[in-house]
Amino acid sequence: MRRLPSFRGSFPLARRFRGAHGPRKPFRFAHLTVVLAFGVLALRLWQLQIADGDRYLRRSADNFVKEIVLPAPRGRILDRAGNALADNRPAYSISVTPRFADDTILEKVAGYLGLDGPATTSLKEKVSAHGGADRSRALLVAEDVSRDQVALIESDKLLLPGVQVAARARRTYPKGAFAAHAVGYLGQIGADELSERRGEGYRSGDLVGRAGIERQWEAFLRGKDGVDPIIVDAKGQRIGDSQKNVELAQLLGDKKRTEPQPGLDIVTTFDVDLQRSVEKAIAKHRSAAAVVLEVETGRVLALASHPGFDPNLLSSGISHLDLEALRSDPLRPLVDKTTRENYFPGSTFKVVPMIAALADHSIDPDAKVHCKGSINYGHRAFHCVEAHGPVNLDQALAQSCNVYFYGLGDALGLDRMAEVASDLGFGASSGLGLNGEVPGFLPTTDYYKKTGGFQKGFVLNTAIGQGSVEVTVLQLAAAYAAIANGGKLYVPQLIARIERPAGAPGSAGNRVVQAFAPRLRHQLTASATVLARVRRALAEAVSDPKGTSYSARVPGLDVAGKTGTAQIGKARKLRPGEAEEGAQSNDHAWFASFAPTQKPEIAVVVLVEHGGFGAKVATPTAMRIYQAYFKQRQAKLDAAPGDGTKVAAAK
Amino acid sequence: MIALALRKLRFHFDRPLAIMIVLLIAIGLTNLYSATRVAPHGLYNQQLCWFGLGAIIFLAVAASDYRLYERMGYAIYGVVVMVLLCVLVSGKMVNGSRRWIGFGSLGLQPSELMKIALIIAMAKLFSGDPIDRAIRPWRHVGVALLLFAIPAVLVAKQPDLGTALILYLIATTVLLLVPLALHVKILTLAFEIGAGAILFVFKLHGYQKKRLLTFLDPSLDPSGAGWHARQALMAVGSGRWFGKGFLHGTQNQLQFLPEHWTDFPFAVWAEEWGFGGCLLLIACYLFLIMWAIKLAEEARDRFAQVLCLGCAALLFWHVFFNIGMVVGVLPVVGVTLPLLSYGGSSLLTVMIVLGLLMNVSVRRYTY
Repeated sequence: MRRLPSFRGSFPLARRFRGAHGPRKPFRFAHLTVVLAFGVLALRLWQLQIADGDRYLRRSADNFVKEIVLPAPRGRILDRAGNALADNRPAYSISVTPRFADDTILEKVAGYLGLDGPATTSLKEKVSAHGGADRSRALLVAEDVSRDQVALIESDKLLLPGVQVAARARRTYPKGAFAAHAVGYLGQIGADELSERRGEGYRSGDLVGRAGIERQWEAFLRGKDGVDPIIVDAKGQRIGDSQKNVELAQLLGDKKRTEPQPGLDIVTTFDVDLQRSVEKAIAKHRSAAAVVLEVETGRVLALASHPGFDPNLLSSGISHLDLEALRSDPLRPLVDKTTRENYFPGSTFKVVPMIAALADHSIDPDAKVHCKGSINYGHRAFHCVEAHGPVNLDQALAQSCNVYFYGLGDALGLDRMAEVASDLGFGASSGLGLNGEVPGFLPTTDYYKKTGGFQKGFVLNTAIGQGSVEVTVLQLAAAYAAIANGGKLYVPQLIARIERPAGAPGSAGNRVVQAFAPRLRHQLTASATVLARVRRALAEAVSDPKGTSYSARVPGLDVAGKTGTAQIGKARKLRPGEAEEGAQSNDHAWFASFAPTQKPEIAVVVLVEHGGFGAKVATPTAMRIYQAYFKQRQAKLDAAPGDGTKVAAAK
Repeated sequence: MIALALRKLRFHFDRPLAIMIVLLIAIGLTNLYSATRVAPHGLYNQQLCWFGLGAIIFLAVAASDYRLYERMGYAIYGVVVMVLLCVLVSGKMVNGSRRWIGFGSLGLQPSELMKIALIIAMAKLFSGDPIDRAIRPWRHVGVALLLFAIPAVLVAKQPDLGTALILYLIATTVLLLVPLALHVKILTLAFEIGAGAILFVFKLHGYQKKRLLTFLDPSLDPSGAGWHARQALMAVGSGRWFGKGFLHGTQNQLQFLPEHWTDFPFAVWAEEWGFGGCLLLIACYLFLIMWAIKLAEEARDRFAQVLCLGCAALLFWHVFFNIGMVVGVLPVVGVTLPLLSYGGSSLLTVMIVLGLLMNVSVRRYTY
């Protein structure tokens, strides 16, 4: 028989008589279930609050402490007189936190920024594209916003949750394209670079030096950003001190405001006036480069590469199209032609075999060789520019006689020439360290043996700066400066000193952090008498009626220098787009020089790409630079107070 | 008549129950004061008014004779279902759901009252002759399922998933606890689970599914649907042993807990009072629910017994689901925490439930 279920114990009286009727199952089950369920909750609470409590406390603190970055102003780049080549100006940017900014808010922002329909749509798309964890991170939507627009947005701040205005100095290059290759420009840090350099304090969206001094001295220019920890609510809005519901100071704990440390100023050795004259002089050519060094210190007074670019454009988010146009320009405006490119030195290299021959005493420098315009070695004829007739060593250099140097090269051998060239600083980076300087190249017998057989022609071509010899404009300038100053090969120096910016903490007294003295690379092995004879020959190249540069000389200018006409025909294939422009297959024109001849002050090297004859193209440009230099020097002497009193006394 | 009822109430007054209710109300008001500091102005005072009204209703329900509710059980049920239908047709839209009927500026959610109507109707159903129920168990089960299915569908249409879930849980709990053969209970449960699973898959709204999925894998959407849950966990966990102190919960005061005065008051409590405070609160609820089960044991008739079980089930599921949701062991569904959550309808419902318990309690020794 089936047992009938019933509410046993439903009645208190019945319960009293129930006795051994056993437990009342459903109620016991209910009691047990409730206790168990609440036990589970209590265990979970133990886990959250006690086991993981500290972790959650930290995470909740991360919630409401927002670290506002106080950007450090980037150091300036100055010329030797303190004029700014790279500076900062105030600017505002607008960021949006996608989680709080819905479409209506974005439309308002777009309205304030004056965006049109399509731009508003793309703004919305850009913001909505940031999903997941990125929704809580601020996204930069507008840079360099005008003061009026900022005022509008700030006044409407309470209606625009998730919209932030940040003031951040912007890089500006007040002189535009002036010395652009040396000064360089900035670019936004890339994702890979960021993960690599996060330890140095870089953040996404930071600008880093991409070229020139901006890149080379990044670590000094940058400074250190400060941090201001503030309390924010869930909408990311700052909780004012007036709101007493939370004890603010206590919440921040040991998080303190740290002030930004401004970047250091870099003072260059540039002479603005001279640099301007140099740029003006080489701008007459399609593509050219020039370096002016102070002979007795190795300081760079001017460094120019033409055509140039405006670093303001590159640093402020240049459009992809414009950047591509700059990059594919056959004249390579972005390339620093003074340090980044190798060229055949042509006849400017003839000083190398000359120094070697004089130092070795292997030949009699006064013995004459008869130049008939060409000479046969083996089955091949090697040509000269013209039939020079009988020439000795000095005349051969002054008149640039190839036939003489073929014989000289043959006598010296490839390796001896490489040795002397290397002593003059060729074949290795000059040490300026700017723009990824290339080292050039000096061929040796071993090199030719490895690359498919040695021929005597290589030696002859090397003697006149062809073959496989490659140098940079800067190397050539440093070598000629060493010849001019009696054998001191300096490391070219572009930075005079590093200074604390005015007004920065600790700048009250001496602002100079580090000053750079001229740095000698080494003393040339060639003796002073040898170099004096080379200098004399170089002076004759300009002053002697038979010298190569005689036609380009300027009366009153005492210049010594060697022309060069580097053939590029077979050695370098034409780049795409060059073929149709006939001028591009012309020889490169060189002029490597110093002045004055007796007590040299500056060395000037001019390269005109595809310019043709050095004497016709490069020398006049260099002469213009010398004219500017001496004129400016005179002006400065006149303006100097010492001279002023003398003049007054004379009156 | 009224005087007589009140005298009975005073004479047999259930002191432990009353003390626990007062303690929970005190905790609830304290916590709500902190939770509503950043809320729209006037919320706290409004809730104080609701408490006043709730106290009157509590006394009225406790003093009246529950046999009145037994007699009118199905009528009450029928009226509330009709009101639910009206709401569905012409209720106020709030946040995309049609849950409200308005009396001036005050709004009421009839779906809350439905929980009580369901409990009363189920109590009436199972107060009948136990022999009849033993002979025809399926008929009783069928009626019981129908009793909860009709309002559950109406509520789910609003849509209000939380209330539909509570209705389901109350009905199932009562079915499991009333005397029925074991195989009947098992088959009923199996049927409910099967039907529930089908409804979950085919009838759930997108946002509801998303919430459930996010509960299963919170990394799916760390700042969207999972945001509330994550912030609540952070609030609870950061309370540690004894909390950040009254009015010092940063998650609460800086509004990282959205709408915390309705669905997340426990997170506020846990953040400001810590593990100790949580244990105290849970102990209070535990006592209240076990006391209700004890009243069911001691009730003088079958109606009162099922009524108390239903009330215990309502309190238990509300507390368990709300805290379970806050501490991240259950998905986020809108279930209020009795006496701690802000909201008039929810508070009045709980006060009626407590009134019914007191009613049964004062009459358990009376025949």
